[in-house]
Amino acid sequence: MVETSVAGGGTQARAANDVAVRLKDVTIEFRMADRASYKAVERVTLTVNEGEFVSIVGPTGCGKTTLLNVAAGLYQPSAGAVEIFGTGLGGLNGQSGYLFQAEALFPWKTALENVAIGLETVGVPVAQARARAQDWLTRVGLGKFGARYPHMLSGGQRKRVGLAQVLIRDPKILLMDEPFGPLDAQTRQIMGNLLLDLWSQNRKAVMFVTHDLEEAIALSDRVLIMSAGPASRIIGEWRVTLPRPRDIAEVKLDPLFHQLHREIWQALKDEVLEGYKQTGGG
Amino acid sequence: MSYIRLLSLQVAVAVVSLALWHLLTTIPIGGKPLLPPFFFSTPLDVAAQVYKWFADGSIWRHLWITLTEAMLAFVIGSIGGILVGFWFARQPMVAAVFDPYVKMINALPRIVLAPIFTLWFGLGIMSKVALGVTLVFFIVFFNVYQGVKEVSPTILANARMLGMSERQLMRHVYWPSALSWMFSSLHTSVGFAVVGAVVGEYLGSAAGLGYLILQAEGTFDIAGVFAGMFVLAVFVVIIDWMVTLIERRLLVWRPVAAETRT
Repeated sequence: MVETSVAGGGTQARAANDVAVRLKDVTIEFRMADRASYKAVERVTLTVNEGEFVSIVGPTGCGKTTLLNVAAGLYQPSAGAVEIFGTGLGGLNGQSGYLFQAEALFPWKTALENVAIGLETVGVPVAQARARAQDWLTRVGLGKFGARYPHMLSGGQRKRVGLAQVLIRDPKILLMDEPFGPLDAQTRQIMGNLLLDLWSQNRKAVMFVTHDLEEAIALSDRVLIMSAGPASRIIGEWRVTLPRPRDIAEVKLDPLFHQLHREIWQALKDEVLEGYKQTGGG
Repeated sequence: MSYIRLLSLQVAVAVVSLALWHLLTTIPIGGKPLLPPFFFSTPLDVAAQVYKWFADGSIWRHLWITLTEAMLAFVIGSIGGILVGFWFARQPMVAAVFDPYVKMINALPRIVLAPIFTLWFGLGIMSKVALGVTLVFFIVFFNVYQGVKEVSPTILANARMLGMSERQLMRHVYWPSALSWMFSSLHTSVGFAVVGAVVGEYLGSAAGLGYLILQAEGTFDIAGVFAGMFVLAVFVVIIDWMVTLIERRLLVWRPVAAETRT
């Protein structure tokens, strides 16, 4: 997928340094225990522009998370190149914040300490880091929960702390791996709105991975669809021109939303079925 | 079950056992008691012996010696276990090389080392400390090793994405994880420190609870043996209780199974 301004018409061509994340012909192979190799993704090219919210949707096991890990610098691609703001990425991507799918808070730190740690690592004095962490906890609606340890918080509250932990560092790029996956439907909606609210105040480039197409359309500027694994590719790209600010619940009633959902689902359906066959799920 | 009810049942167990012991050793059945007092003593004799030790204050010196030995063994063994545990966990090569030897030494019944330690360190407290250290070291070592190894990969990736340097990883991730594993075995390692001290004393010494028991045994003073065991048991219970307090303080972040989530 080459970044062109086809669908929207209103978007202008962008200069190279406006591109926050660029994956160029990225292929990732894993060596398995039995020496065989497994090709997770093959020749994926994608860009995320500065201030743009891009979702990657695909069936289970299609290597969406792998792409995020490559953009984060946690994995090196087997072939292809990763560029962050026009510069090749070697090592960890220091300009990105990563919200993981699994529990990633430090269980031995309180919510406040968990949020503050992201500043302490760059040398902000502890007292100052804590004060700003308290600010962030308030912004994610947990102002009174700073002294709690992660196990004393609900799943949704832990995700809020995780969001604050990442955002307090003010990363230019936000990588999100099904961050609201394990939450119930209502909490997901609330978290989605919280995310959009925080994002609209300070627009970062967001690479958002999900298997939930509705969530992807409701949140994003652009939706990329991946094929079923192994050797997944990007097989489609849709621009979401729904007006912002959006409310997750309301935007789902918009006729444009339905039209997009129908179109994308047509493309995704076959891949989802294929994905189930591959992974033996059902 | 309410606390009062639990406590009264616990006391009842002690009372019944003591009463049985007393009856069996003092009430003659068919001419003589079922349990000869020479071999089983009687609760009253044991109590008298314990009282005598505390009344003339002679017990304190022995308690103090055993406590010192156990504490030294615990501290030295823990520090060694933490250092080596960290080292092995962070250097898989080293761990792989030493693995068979660690297993070998750990499989050795520690009591056979006692004569060597007596030769090396003499009859004083150091030979008992050494015995305790060999017991404590391995418990702490295995737990710290496991604690460093078992850090969730997601938490580790998160720490790195949050910009932690190797030193910060040590301090904010590996260290707390290793400590939590170590504290979870605190009861065992403290218990083993006491075992090392008492067994060492029993095998050859001039003071301590193990020495008291050995002396009583040498003169067929069964009341003395039981009295020594009783003092030792109370001593261990008190230490265990203090460990529980420390643990509660240090592991506040740990989920407790019975706790209700809000």
